[in-house]
Amino acid sequence: MRRKVFAVVILLTAVFLFLFWLANHYVFGQLSQITPPRDVNVDTRTFAGAFLTGLAMFATLFLGVVLAVFLTIGVVSGDAERGLLQPLVVRPVGRSTLLLSRFLGAAGVCVAYVLFVYFTAMVITGLTGHWWPDRIAWPGFELAFGVVIVIALSLLGSVVLSSTANGIAVFMLFGAGLVAGLLGTIGHALNSHAVKQASTITAWALPFEALYQDALRMITEKTSGLTGFLLQLGPFGGAYVHGWGIRVWSAGYLIVVGAIALWAFSRRNL
Amino acid sequence: MRQGYCGRVPNALAVRGLRKRYGSVEALKGVDLEVGEGELVGLLGPNGAGKSTLVKIAVGLVRPTTGDAEVGGARAGSRSARAALGYLAELFRFPGWYTADEVLELHQQLAGSRGGAAERARLLELVALSDAAERRVDGMSKGMQQRLGIAQALVGEPRLLLLDEPTSALDPVGRRTVRLLLEELRRQGVSVLLNSHLLSEVELVCDRVTILLAGEVVAAGTPAELSRARGVELETDDGVRTIPGATREDAPRLVSEAIAAGRRVYGVRVLTSTLEDTYLEAVGGETD
Ligand SMILES: Nc1ncnc2c1ncn2[C@@H]1O[C@H](COP(=O)(O)OP(=O)(O)O)[C@@H](O)[C@H]1O
Ligand SMILES: [Mg+2]
Repeated sequence: MRRKVFAVVILLTAVFLFLFWLANHYVFGQLSQITPPRDVNVDTRTFAGAFLTGLAMFATLFLGVVLAVFLTIGVVSGDAERGLLQPLVVRPVGRSTLLLSRFLGAAGVCVAYVLFVYFTAMVITGLTGHWWPDRIAWPGFELAFGVVIVIALSLLGSVVLSSTANGIAVFMLFGAGLVAGLLGTIGHALNSHAVKQASTITAWALPFEALYQDALRMITEKTSGLTGFLLQLGPFGGAYVHGWGIRVWSAGYLIVVGAIALWAFSRRNL
Repeated sequence: MRQGYCGRVPNALAVRGLRKRYGSVEALKGVDLEVGEGELVGLLGPNGAGKSTLVKIAVGLVRPTTGDAEVGGARAGSRSARAALGYLAELFRFPGWYTADEVLELHQQLAGSRGGAAERARLLELVALSDAAERRVDGMSKGMQQRLGIAQALVGEPRLLLLDEPTSALDPVGRRTVRLLLEELRRQGVSVLLNSHLLSEVELVCDRVTILLAGEVVAAGTPAELSRARGVELETDDGVRTIPGATREDAPRLVSEAIAAGRRVYGVRVLTSTLEDTYLEAVGGETD
């Protein structure tokens, strides 16, 4: 079962990276035919490179979340139902050690995976299009951090929900982030304060989304004029929350979600 | 084998006034149960009686609603309580890609056992799985997995062993292996609580038996106490008469009395009930 999941993930990743290379190949091969929108005041190469990298980052986050959910969806409820968990938790090592080791295991795999896909996509764009993001490493780390937060949420979900319900819940949260991004875009287009506000609140409530926005912001950090446009492109929409504020907030969020998961697990009947 | 305590030796397992509620279902309605040092206790009862719930509370998987449970004097579920016990769950599974030897090695690490390869080999031998040490769990029959589960429970030389339906997937040969194993453990002074919903030869080796029904203890005692006499049957020219409460010792006197009363005695039979009769009677089944 687990091996099949890994095989599917590796296959999907290979397909994605190949398609991404193909897209780069065609876009940069026909660069002369591309004109950035009138209000974006940058050269065509930067526009195309940032655009493609932004899309790759969304795909990376999505694939990372899928992997995270597969690894953690049934760590407590699912394994308890199948009888895998009981022989382990009655041992003296205890429940919190067990949950923490599952967290570290999933986080290790997912962080390595996200960084691999992020840097591979960046190298593909760099080599085919000769364009590199303004910040090389930080956006990757933020994407990885976002996936780690999803892992914590999914582990908490696995303590209180059945596997199926947890999978649905985590993807609904992910979808909520998506909707919040769209809301932000709409809010900007309509210049509606209330809609922008709603989007910002959701970004704080689901910091993986805010981290993704911040990562997106950083790839064109030094290119004036482009950031605003780029951020409204992806399904996750505009970054109105960013910088150290969101990083520190995310770290605190991770700790709180983790603590709740450990507490709930310590009290759960198995 | 083991160093005694000064003063009173705490029971391997002591359960007092234990209640457990799952929503509207009351799985345990105030149960008292003790397993003394080195004792082999059987916990019998039909499905749904609450046996598994009691054991899960003892090993810290489930929190009691009220009442308390102690393992070797430590609160059930605490680290020192968990360190003292070995547990075989009713429904359990090991990761399918592990070999038998790797399952035991994992549990040695979790239990902090320093027994190494020698302990693993000894345990596999004990459950007749020596030939399957390198076999993956996926390729094992249910009976083999259950025996591996028993070996797993014995990792780290626990003082108290809790076995929840250890023979449910075993054939008669497997049951015999378990019975011999229990007798060996008794020789080694390990305390055992054995759950079962059926009476087989395995349950008959218990020092004491507690019968649970719908969350309550309905009978408890040694197998001998529970298979007490049910009277003496006397056949005379007057017909067949049963004297309830009479025992084997009463038989000669009853015969003399009948002869003294002028009766011709054709036969006398001592009626005993087996543990099985008592069990069936206690849980409301049919008796003959
Ligand atoms: N996790 C649970 N949630 C709700 N009810 C439960 C749960 N576990 C057991 N029960 C109920 O508690 C009662 C006792 O169950 P159990 O301890 O498994 O009995 P036994 O092991 O003797 O068959 C049953 O009525 C069962 O349905
Ligand atoms: Mg049971």
